[in-house]
Amino acid sequence: MSLLTILLQAAADLIPIAKMGAGLGAGLAAIGAGIGIGQIGRGAVESIARQPEAGGDIRSNMIVAAALIEGVAFFAIVVCLLIIFI
Amino acid sequence: MMLSRMLLQKKRLFIALPLILLSVLFLSPSSVLAAGEKEEHSGEASHSPGQEEEKFNAGIMIIDHIVDAHEWHILSTRTRHVSIPLPVILVEQGKVHTFMSSRFHHGHASYKGFKLETEGKNEGKIVRVIGDSMETDQNAPLPLDLSITKNVLALFISCILICIIFISVARSYRKREGHAPKGLQSILEPVILFVRDMARSSIGDHKYERFMPYLLTLFFFIFFNNLIGLVPFFPGGANLTGNIAVTMVMALITFIITTFVGNRNYWKHIYNTPGVPWWLKFPLPLMPLVELMGVFTKPFILMIRLFANITAGHIIMLGFISLIFIFGNINIVLGYSVSVVSILFAVFMGLLELLVAFIQAYVFTLLSSLYFGMAMEEHH
Repeated sequence: MSLLTILLQAAADLIPIAKMGAGLGAGLAAIGAGIGIGQIGRGAVESIARQPEAGGDIRSNMIVAAALIEGVAFFAIVVCLLIIFI
Repeated sequence: MMLSRMLLQKKRLFIALPLILLSVLFLSPSSVLAAGEKEEHSGEASHSPGQEEEKFNAGIMIIDHIVDAHEWHILSTRTRHVSIPLPVILVEQGKVHTFMSSRFHHGHASYKGFKLETEGKNEGKIVRVIGDSMETDQNAPLPLDLSITKNVLALFISCILICIIFISVARSYRKREGHAPKGLQSILEPVILFVRDMARSSIGDHKYERFMPYLLTLFFFIFFNNLIGLVPFFPGGANLTGNIAVTMVMALITFIITTFVGNRNYWKHIYNTPGVPWWLKFPLPLMPLVELMGVFTKPFILMIRLFANITAGHIIMLGFISLIFIFGNINIVLGYSVSVVSILFAVFMGLLELLVAFIQAYVFTLLSSLYFGMAMEEHH
């Protein structure tokens, strides 16, 4: 068998491992998003405790920052979906 | 006073109409875009679903509800499928073919030399066949697919709804000049002022007005389509904002506006960032390269953020409902008992999705206005 056929066979055999990698990647993305948004929440809640009048402003900024971080996490999710389905 | 002027600006319709038309243009070849879109009809293999589907396949069911299709499936009973066939419009070699998608018989028949592909790399798309058979013509290129698919029909429905609501509100502002707002005005006015304040703080007091039509259209388009996508029955439930072609068009328009509005200061910050040492710009222009990547990443992630949020929400809710049937396949009693928990979780996720619908519309509009503001910033 030529080298190319062997490589093709090896690539085809590794598809289940690629899917496992995709699953791991999605899980890691979830961990990252969880930690990031948790930090935002902590900062926001602490600031509101220090200055309750600024609660509204802090809340809007917290939501915006959380949405941005979720966007980055979704990048990773989309990559994992591409691995699984394409 | 200013609010009525804002709403009566015909500019709004002039911005909304190109947005709609561009979306249609981009949506129709949406089956050509590769980002995870597959039109699968294998779940509805025959006209009587009873015998074919013994095992419930959650993956296929979820994918079927997320992607675009050439018919709008309403429900399936034990003996028949109820769906609305939608027009298929194909352009091939200069000739336009128009017919209803029911001619395809869910992928079992070919019509006028075309059929719905069910396997291989073109799965779900309309391909040319050899003669009158069902065999795909491998050498022929794909026809240009401008069909009115489920997402295009949902786009039309939501645009008609938005036009009805806002034109009537604009008319009532004109009629009730000087009076307090009444009816639909009173629920929309705080939201419109919310978008206006967001634009004013991002873009600046003197320049924000020209962007208001676009930002308002963007916000309400995304918000209404997110909400309509959550309704489980016709005419809702079409997952329009979860279609990457739609979000791509919106991000593209934001990008085009940012590019055209950018002043000298903006381009200077990209190609010749002040405060950066010279050896990062010449001979190897590292800093300009990084900044250029930033110029393209920002609209790209706008597109991905909205698409992934909405699609993920739909998948989660469909997943919870599928859980009932997966357990039901093991043991019917298990299915019934899981259904209580599953429905509770699905309702909770639905409430979260309502929040996400608003937040995603807000974030898209906020970031668009921030990009406009940054593009027009004067030197400090």
